[in-house]
Amino acid sequence: MELLRFATAGSVDDGKSTLIGRLLYDSKSIFEDQLESIERTSLERGDAYVNLALLTDGLRAEREQGITIDVAYRYFATPKRKFIIADTPGHIQYTRNMVTGASTADLALILVDARKGVVEQSRRHAFLASLLGIPHLVVCINKMDLVDWSQQRYEEIKAEFRSFAMKLDVHDLAFIPISALHGDNVVERSANMPWYEGTSLLHHLEEVHIASDRNLIDARFPVQYVIRPQDQANHDLHDYRGYAGTVAGGVFKPGDEVVALPSGLTTTIEAIDSPNGPVAEAFAPMAVTLRLADDVDVSRGDMICRVRNRPHVGQDIDAMVCWMTTEGDLRPGQKLAIKHTTRWGRTLVKELQYRLDINTLHRDESADHLSLNEIGRVRLRTTVPLFFDPYRRNRATGSFVLVDEVTNNTVGAGMILGPSGID
Amino acid sequence: MTTPTTSAPPTPHYQLTHLQTLEAEAIHIIREVAAEFERPVLLFSGGKDSAVMLHLAVKAFAPAKVPFPVMHVDTGHNFPEVIEFRDRRVAELGLRLIVASVQEAIDAGKVVEETGPGASRNRLQTVPLLEAIEENGFDAVFGGARRDEEKARAKERVFSFRDEFGQWDPKNQRPELWNLYNGRHRKGEHIRVFPLSNWTELDVWQYVAAEGIELPSIYFAHTRRVFQRDGMWLAESPWVTRREGEEVEERMVRFRTVGDATCTGAIESTATTVEQIIDEVAATRITERGATRADDRISEAGMEDRKREGYF
Repeated sequence: MELLRFATAGSVDDGKSTLIGRLLYDSKSIFEDQLESIERTSLERGDAYVNLALLTDGLRAEREQGITIDVAYRYFATPKRKFIIADTPGHIQYTRNMVTGASTADLALILVDARKGVVEQSRRHAFLASLLGIPHLVVCINKMDLVDWSQQRYEEIKAEFRSFAMKLDVHDLAFIPISALHGDNVVERSANMPWYEGTSLLHHLEEVHIASDRNLIDARFPVQYVIRPQDQANHDLHDYRGYAGTVAGGVFKPGDEVVALPSGLTTTIEAIDSPNGPVAEAFAPMAVTLRLADDVDVSRGDMICRVRNRPHVGQDIDAMVCWMTTEGDLRPGQKLAIKHTTRWGRTLVKELQYRLDINTLHRDESADHLSLNEIGRVRLRTTVPLFFDPYRRNRATGSFVLVDEVTNNTVGAGMILGPSGID
Repeated sequence: MTTPTTSAPPTPHYQLTHLQTLEAEAIHIIREVAAEFERPVLLFSGGKDSAVMLHLAVKAFAPAKVPFPVMHVDTGHNFPEVIEFRDRRVAELGLRLIVASVQEAIDAGKVVEETGPGASRNRLQTVPLLEAIEENGFDAVFGGARRDEEKARAKERVFSFRDEFGQWDPKNQRPELWNLYNGRHRKGEHIRVFPLSNWTELDVWQYVAAEGIELPSIYFAHTRRVFQRDGMWLAESPWVTRREGEEVEERMVRFRTVGDATCTGAIESTATTVEQIIDEVAATRITERGATRADDRISEAGMEDRKREGYF
């Protein structure tokens, strides 16, 4: 059984909670005691309906203020797949939460109200999904019951969304007309929309092909930890030296000729140990240990890759950055800590090239700072060389986080475009 | 549903099963901690989640030994089967065990024992836990908590920051993106780390089955002297005062969670094997904490309040 992670975004009135509630309920993932508890709380609060957001809005402040503070993770499974939903609130700190939830998602679910059509929020969702490199986008055109199950309305919205999505980097775009409230096309195909020839949402989630989303071409192995048993009593283990880490791209096999960066020394892979013993191949996101034929100097933060397929190596990087803190803005001249793969360094913000309006995609080149929830293109200079690929080619070797050196808080998320100066 | 296995070879399409994906994620997290922190410790109660976590730690560093000690916060009200299991596992793996004792904290007057029929030492664990973290200078503490088990936990980070008082501030958590965990902290502060964040109760049991992980016997159906309180079966023990009308009877039960004997309820069950438990868990309509934890029933925010103070 495979795991699919998907991100949803939106507010209460577009029917997102109803939709998620239905997926959870119909897959028997809401438990009786949870349902009783939220029914009781909804009643006490005087809600007109059972508010499924209360399933995870368990923090005191959330219940008191009736808001969702943070990304909520929900879990359900069908006989075909296990699902993790990163459910992000539509209002407060919307961008920061959506970016967080989207960073690990295979698929993004966007809800459009059939009566309202494509609105600013739908465009924003689609843009952030494409910026974060989510390979699959599913647009659920909801509340079809309120437009008399009209095929014409569905086609209009689909065409409008398509024309906007053409400007974005979206590879797989699917449209499903649904009524979350009545369950049409959520789990079962709807009898009210015989003109719709596609599958139900759940069927789509179960069947969407995600295995080829990972980069299986560029072999990348950021070294995480060096395993040296140094067991004096056990001679077999005495000389064991393994490089543990999570494969970030490509396929590694014993016998492969590899190079370790930054040293540039070449060697071959002698063996690959997985958690379940030696394996013939390792690919993302397997956590394995590589054993090398020669005693080369490799430590945490180094990168092992194929000799003829290397990442960029450099200290000057152009990236899209989402700023995530209220404690100060991002400004040129600022110094921050940076974590990229398993490597920490420091970075100087050399230049803010533009701030992007995520509703219109307009680039404001006169901007001199990024505030909370703003996204812009920056030029960075790092203290140590990074071994990176463009984010759109590899999410694992193309992403980084920025950390404030005084507060230690994570303040920015970055997606690498490439080495500085190359567009 | 068939039981998935982690040891099955990857398919030709380079796919991992959900258990292989969760296993890889957990091992990545555990290695990240070993690499970035000076003094990590793994909380090991002998319960199923901590047994799975310890199993993952062993795999993460094999063939080397687990490079950190384990710690148990001992309420003094434990099921003997669990303590026996704890000690045996620690000895088998050659690990150092630190026991933080609630009884000692009571004897030293640092905490006051609750009294009456609802008395429990559950909440009292926070003081010896934080003291042990401080005394030993631990900067990272692995816990087996899962986001699916309780709503205050649903929003907690994998790397969860604690200030110098051990407090958790749910409104002020660090954003956590991709698999880039931020463990930076000042001296005196620490990070709680939850490698099983994305596992469900069913995932844990499927993994226990696939890996043949040993668990304390009380997880499996057995005959026990129990009495009913608030719809739960509590075990007869020297530490629980029965209220009037609470009659002890013998029942076939098993425990879904393992905690302090005074607040951990059993469920009626005939499941004596892991496979039977998986069938039972897959069919259950009540969450594990809802079914078995009196401490979570105190209030809607019972867990959040304890966690803010520094609880697991």
